[in-house]
Amino acid sequence: MARSLRGAAAIVGVADAASPTGELALRGRALEAAMIREALDDAGLTLDDVDGVACSGIATGIAEYLDLHPRYVEGTFVGGSSFEVHVEHAAAAIAAGLCDVVVGVYASTPRGDRRHGASPAAFGPMGPDVAAEWENPYGPMMPMTSYALAADRHMAQYGTTPEQLAQIAIDARRWAAMNPRARYRDPITIDDVLASPVIASPLHQLDCCLRTDGAGAYVLASAERACDLASSPVFVLGAASATDHWVISQMPDLTVTPGAISGPAAFVHAGITTDDVDVLEAYDSFTITELLHLEDLGFCAKGEGGAFVEDGKLGPGGALPTNTNGGGLSYTHPGQYGIFLLVEAVRQLRGSAGERQVPGAEIAVAHGCGGVLSATGTVVLGTEATL
Amino acid sequence: MTRRREPPVSDEARPFWDATREQRFRLPWCSECEVAIWYPRATCPRCLGDAIEWRDDDGGGTVYAASVHSKPGPGREAEDGPYVVVLVDLDAGVRMMSNVVGCPPGDVAAGMRVALAWEPLSDGRHLPVFRPADWKL
Repeated sequence: MARSLRGAAAIVGVADAASPTGELALRGRALEAAMIREALDDAGLTLDDVDGVACSGIATGIAEYLDLHPRYVEGTFVGGSSFEVHVEHAAAAIAAGLCDVVVGVYASTPRGDRRHGASPAAFGPMGPDVAAEWENPYGPMMPMTSYALAADRHMAQYGTTPEQLAQIAIDARRWAAMNPRARYRDPITIDDVLASPVIASPLHQLDCCLRTDGAGAYVLASAERACDLASSPVFVLGAASATDHWVISQMPDLTVTPGAISGPAAFVHAGITTDDVDVLEAYDSFTITELLHLEDLGFCAKGEGGAFVEDGKLGPGGALPTNTNGGGLSYTHPGQYGIFLLVEAVRQLRGSAGERQVPGAEIAVAHGCGGVLSATGTVVLGTEATL
Repeated sequence: MTRRREPPVSDEARPFWDATREQRFRLPWCSECEVAIWYPRATCPRCLGDAIEWRDDDGGGTVYAASVHSKPGPGREAEDGPYVVVLVDLDAGVRMMSNVVGCPPGDVAAGMRVALAWEPLSDGRHLPVFRPADWKL
């Protein structure tokens, strides 16, 4: 397939730092920030213009340090050539309209680090370890503490109840009952959820995802190739991502995830509304996670997620079939659950989901949420009929 | 003394930790933007300037969210009992993670006014924690 990047993007500002002594005064994030400032000055731009961040590591960490909330992050690491790869990827992202201005950065100060006697934990080239310095001394159990705090805030702000959160776990279990590979398949009740141990209030053990082995894969091909292949293709109708923070104490509003940005953006790309969604696969690391997704994706208003789920509409036969494989709460959760969202959405749209098939499913949404409510990716998928 | 994972000292936060040796609570402010910054950074995330100024703060704040931990997290010991992890919105306009001590953990809730307290660390520094603002000595 022809590539269409020619002329799609240009480098408009640069900066670098070096010294004859072989050492620089600045290190870590401070050095990265100085480089970014110089390059932006060179370009005549400011941080407000930046909506993409690239580095050979955790781009979200740099973004958080600069209080940026980029809609495009690039963290590919392939050694010294990472930055050329980033330019390629970022140009493609710009050509596709995912972002307008990407800042890429690199800083490494092995001599200075050694002279300062820095311990890698405190001053790695990744910058200060924010969690070690400002969260871990207070005894959080990550990631659970982050979600517990979000649930507590949602309850305090909107009156959401433990019973309403429990309903989300119950509906996931009802789907899992129809999935022979699910970890847990026996039905549960609100009383079961509320009677399970509270480790970090207000979350009960049955509000929390499983810890299991698991694996998945997918193949993405051009539409041209896809149409020649044996199985019915499932088309990407729209996709968007958004990032917000890296540690929970930096999350501006614990009741609003970046899905409030990526969800509506993906729906606009796909030309759909929430009414068009036949199946929702949305990352249920904890029951509160699912509730926040429903609000942020626009299935109900902010604060109304508790009332929205009460009638069991997420379960089999409900108005919004959600996490139809049993989800992270009852099917499997090996740590990074996102691939299972895509796999189950594709199975539903191919009509190959067996006993748990949602009849006539044409449009499915796979909505991933990583970190601690930190970064979301929303993918709208559809059958050929939806093109 | 509660057992904890003790915090490292980053370059950016050295003035903060040094001040805790004498139980002084200081926050970094950008003197250009006139905003407090948390966690400490060498660079203002608004203007990218480096005019960071350390100002004394009384540490008054309001609990934004709270979670009682009934099992010990990493670095904690079971015999130290349940504790509450909170996010506190300081009156200075920044939010930090902490613990509220000096009352039953289950009494701590979003909206509660809190005041600064200190817990000693093994190297002479102190860790800022909070107590209910209406707590009497």
